[in-house]
Amino acid sequence: MTATAAPPATALAELLRSMADDEFVIGFSDSEWTGIAPLLEEDVAMSSLAQDELGHAAALYGLLGELTGTDPDALAYDREPPEYRHCRLLDHGRGDWAMTIARRFLYDTADVIRLEALAEGSWAPLADLVGKLVREERYHRMHAGAWLDRLARSEGEPRDRLLAALIVLAPDAATVFTPIEGEAELVAAHVMDAPMTELEGRWRASIAPVFGDLDLPMPPPATDPERGRLNHGADFDWLWGEFTSIRRADPGATW
Amino acid sequence: MSEAGIQIGVARTRSGAIAGPQRTAAPVVDEAAVHSALTEVMDPELPMLSVVDLGIIHRVDVGPASGNGLIRVEILPTFVGCPALELIKSSIAERLGAFGRPVEVSATFEVPWTSERISPAGRAALLAAGIAPPGAGAAGSIPGGLIDLEPRVPCPHCGSRRTTLENLFGPTQCRTIRYCADCRQPFESIKSV
Repeated sequence: MTATAAPPATALAELLRSMADDEFVIGFSDSEWTGIAPLLEEDVAMSSLAQDELGHAAALYGLLGELTGTDPDALAYDREPPEYRHCRLLDHGRGDWAMTIARRFLYDTADVIRLEALAEGSWAPLADLVGKLVREERYHRMHAGAWLDRLARSEGEPRDRLLAALIVLAPDAATVFTPIEGEAELVAAHVMDAPMTELEGRWRASIAPVFGDLDLPMPPPATDPERGRLNHGADFDWLWGEFTSIRRADPGATW
Repeated sequence: MSEAGIQIGVARTRSGAIAGPQRTAAPVVDEAAVHSALTEVMDPELPMLSVVDLGIIHRVDVGPASGNGLIRVEILPTFVGCPALELIKSSIAERLGAFGRPVEVSATFEVPWTSERISPAGRAALLAAGIAPPGAGAAGSIPGGLIDLEPRVPCPHCGSRRTTLENLFGPTQCRTIRYCADCRQPFESIKSV
């Protein structure tokens, strides 16, 4: 790897925060299924997925913490709801199983594209971590893909519920690729290989064959794309109340 | 066994420690000695595997053999969110502490741990414990690419290849759950990553 100048710290921190918050929020959302998933095997699967995502979030908060001199636990648990930068796709409540599968498929396919754009990046701490994350995420992608296929091909209630979930979630799907402030500097420093708008194009190309095959409507462009990681709603306020409850009851608690 | 050998053996048993007062020469602390000690540190989630057989030892640095410097060990997490990581680090530090030098154990993602790093002895130990070792499913494939959903992983109990994937996920992050149609046993297999 050729030596490059230190990447722009502010933009890098924004990127890390957005990725860490995405993984943290979807991890906590998935953990909501522990004990109540529709099948015992899915109880195991969703719990393991949640554990993976929270682990990814911890590693990304770790990098962000080193960069900004902040305690990773404080980043995860001690911020107010408006300070989180996860994408709006992950702002919807758990909903039914079809909502969870639709959200996971849309997020996992987008996450893989984002990770691939960072895997050869010039900032080694992130590129090294991404090399590992990619290998784990493909299991998530396979899981979501198998369930999307199963629901979409089952005429009647399964397909109807999936279509209803997509109506709610698909307009927010592209918010994973909300432009990061200072993103041009990250591209110039070769931390990421293309701007987010280009990654969104890659993502659309990657899911088009699946959506075509299953006769599902492609996600529309994001509304208000500049603010895709802001304005979190009441569902996130509720989730935030859950995952911060122990830290708020006992500030500084570790477990 | 010589008379002296027996005496030393008795002394060790009584004192309960290897480093008894009879020892005259300081123990040699080189990379080989550290590696040998690491073969005694078992993974907490796969206790039939040492950290060496699991393939997580990335780098060992003992400094000058005659010195009393830091022993540094870098390990590769099998999974990014592995909850056993802290326990593994402290188990390694505790075992190497017997060399009487300061020990530092850290984790790195400098190279990704892959399931191909599990040693032949480790694979045999997994099989003997009823856990199918990782297959060649991911070998040579693109890191981000999808692998075959249902590679015919042989049953660790009867060897049949008439097995099916029941769950991509399992009781720990590194395992999937499969089922053998011949001996009708569910079994776990190590994920190919």
